[in-house]
Amino acid sequence: MIKREDDFQTRREHLKNLSDEELKSRFWALTGQLVDPLLELAHENTSPAIERSVLLRMGFGSLEAKAIVDACTEKSLLGHGAGNVVYRYAKHKGLEIREAGLSLLTPANLEEAAGLFGGKQ
Amino acid sequence: MSEYRLLPDENIDVAKILEDLKNYRPRRRGWTWREPAPNLTMGPFTYHDCSQPLKDGVPLPPAHYFGDVDPQPMPVITTEIASGRFEDDIRRMRMAAHHGADHIMVIRTSGQSHYDGLIEGTPQGSGGVPITRKQVRAQRKALDLIEDEVGRPINYHSYVSGVAGPDIAVMFAEEGVNGCHQDPQYNVIYRNINMLRSFVDAAESKQLIAWGNMAQIDGAHNANATARDAWKVMPELMVQHAINALYSSKVGVPKENICLSTVPPTATPGPCVYMDLPYAVALRRLFTGYRMRAQMNTKYIESSTREATVTHVLNMVVSKLTSADIQSTITPDEGRNVPWHIYNIEACDTAKQTLVGLDGLMEMVELKKDGYLEEKSRELTERAVLFLEEMIEKGGYFAAVESGMFVDSGIFPERNGDGIARKLSGGIGAGTVIGREADYMAPVTAHYGRNNVAQYGGDPANPAALIGGCTLEAPEKIVYIDELDEEDNVYLRMDGVKAFAQPNAQKIRPEMEWLADGTVLLTFCFPAEKKIAEAAAIECARRMNLKDIAVISREVLHRAEGTRIELKGKVDFDIDIASLVIPPDPDVLGDDELRAAIEQRPMRVVCGTIGEDEHSVGLREIIDIKHGGIEKYGIEVHYLGTSVPPEKLVGAAIELNADAMLASVVISHDDIHYKNIARVDRIAREMGVREKLLFVAGGTQVESDRAKEAGADAGFGRGTHGNHVATFLVKECERRESN
Repeated sequence: MIKREDDFQTRREHLKNLSDEELKSRFWALTGQLVDPLLELAHENTSPAIERSVLLRMGFGSLEAKAIVDACTEKSLLGHGAGNVVYRYAKHKGLEIREAGLSLLTPANLEEAAGLFGGKQ
Repeated sequence: MSEYRLLPDENIDVAKILEDLKNYRPRRRGWTWREPAPNLTMGPFTYHDCSQPLKDGVPLPPAHYFGDVDPQPMPVITTEIASGRFEDDIRRMRMAAHHGADHIMVIRTSGQSHYDGLIEGTPQGSGGVPITRKQVRAQRKALDLIEDEVGRPINYHSYVSGVAGPDIAVMFAEEGVNGCHQDPQYNVIYRNINMLRSFVDAAESKQLIAWGNMAQIDGAHNANATARDAWKVMPELMVQHAINALYSSKVGVPKENICLSTVPPTATPGPCVYMDLPYAVALRRLFTGYRMRAQMNTKYIESSTREATVTHVLNMVVSKLTSADIQSTITPDEGRNVPWHIYNIEACDTAKQTLVGLDGLMEMVELKKDGYLEEKSRELTERAVLFLEEMIEKGGYFAAVESGMFVDSGIFPERNGDGIARKLSGGIGAGTVIGREADYMAPVTAHYGRNNVAQYGGDPANPAALIGGCTLEAPEKIVYIDELDEEDNVYLRMDGVKAFAQPNAQKIRPEMEWLADGTVLLTFCFPAEKKIAEAAAIECARRMNLKDIAVISREVLHRAEGTRIELKGKVDFDIDIASLVIPPDPDVLGDDELRAAIEQRPMRVVCGTIGEDEHSVGLREIIDIKHGGIEKYGIEVHYLGTSVPPEKLVGAAIELNADAMLASVVISHDDIHYKNIARVDRIAREMGVREKLLFVAGGTQVESDRAKEAGADAGFGRGTHGNHVATFLVKECERRESN
């Protein structure tokens, strides 16, 4: 930011007559305005770390989770959820979750899984 | 599960902790606060705001005057332990718990924030510990045993930040970690991790923190440590706290688990309480319902441990005048090195001592509701509101950060144009955030955001049911990795110092952080200016055969007259424990035996503090019945008072036909205590009564052998009780009379 003198006295004009309670409400209302759009972004987006954390919870080790997420990223599948890719593939093939996830590390199986999400077979 | 238990007088066996970790499960989830003990009575005292006492612990040094009481203040007390070798930290955690810490915070190894995934195994860390599942499990398991020993739950804590926040949050939830730092702003400002990634990841992490009922601490205190003039970021700090607090609360973390990491920003020689208190008041008024984690100032720490300790005591005065749910401690050697064992313990004791010393303060004083304190606190709040207004004007959080609003050295609205600016499109992990498709799904518990489980007939309230429960419901599904690196792991490190491993070590070496590190600390005073003093200290250490010598503190006593130097170095020899000559414990008769002996052979003693010496406490401890002194065995005591001339002591012994003289000699400068002992002996000889009088000398600096050389029949030093002296009198009298 460019340099600026302390203009607190003029800036505070609209605050100076607020009661302490009113000032506090204003503080929290403004904070709400700042965080709500951030929460909305979190609600509608995901990341490799989030997807790894999903796979950890599904019973994969950290190295396995990383490899599966990398594979999903490579096939642009992450937006469906890495857990979803594993889950749908497991259903499709009648496999256990771990077995399905680890088999995605074989390129042919990954291709097949991608096909379940409208990607190329 | 292993049946290993700690024995009160035996070292913890770290090798046993490492056994069978694969099958370890944490005994509980979530954070624990201390239990209040209103009107607690301990020894001669009643306390007003203390918590339930420990089952076992190490009291403050003077506690023996008061029946060894060890009152515990109300705030949870934090200590940060992370030497780089987690196996050695386990031993330090036990020491800290016995000194009153119930929040053990493990700092991460440098660079872990940028590691994209979980680290596994037990590599050695630098400036902290690599946080891995195995390391967390081992330390949590050790703390389970330690908390049974001290009788109070111990909270275990580390960091959920960096580019692998959600991975770590899952692992912490699974492993029963009780508290963590989580604040996306920390990633953004101090770790240059992409903003979007940080906030998206943070929501997932916070959901897991909520599930694990962990206490969450924010990262705002870092602005203090970074800003050029730490006190000028106060309005911004309130904004940073608010963003993380509200973001967390809206994700679902209960307000009572959301802790603001707040630091009194200023330090002496500034008028720090005058500047810090209005800020502390403003913060607590604004953040009702949230918790305060009172951190100590690190920004202005220098290498003097004394100076750091005083700053931290002043910080706790602010805690006491306002409130602190968690009182963090900073080790006084923070300005020198990665903390050593002894300084963690000092820091815990400083907190306990200060807070107990200030017990009940707020029943007697209250903060003024008008004048400077009120006005300043209001002003800071208004400045914070203006900060928020400008963020919104700029277009929200990201735009505000891009413009460099944060960590500017001007007190807002003043700006100096030196803030930390980050680009939304930049930083580590930029471009990795991906929009969720309509069919996005994650069949797990504690997942934030849109989750289309309905497409599979799943229950949105329980997405993990689709897979029969995830690791949070079915911990047997957790994949435990033991070690990945054959060259860098705990087993190799422990093997390297096997002979020193407790319990039952054959060898011993001094230690500051790692087993057998050989590190020693020396204090020197030289009558010279700084450079000469420093060079002389190094030369001394070299002649003392120390290795890896480094000066760690220099303090000017006067530009020319003197310099105080503290220096560290290492010894490379080992000591065979079996070869040590350990003096036997004094032979002490039981109370009943002593009473019976005195009944059979009554004794009369005269006593006093001799020389120009007004100390009376020590001698009264030895003689008074109420302190367990020799009177209680029936010995007739004639107390002559303080500053008793040696002639008077001998004269009184003759006049009263006493069996013994007890001389207390406390002042020891220039060996005056031994000189006074010699005078008593000489006068008694001159008056021809030495043979028939027992003569006992005592004092804090008295060594038995030197007292005898000076002419006493026995000498008693620090730690002596009445029974020790009475035993000597009875036995020596018997011996003489049987000859």
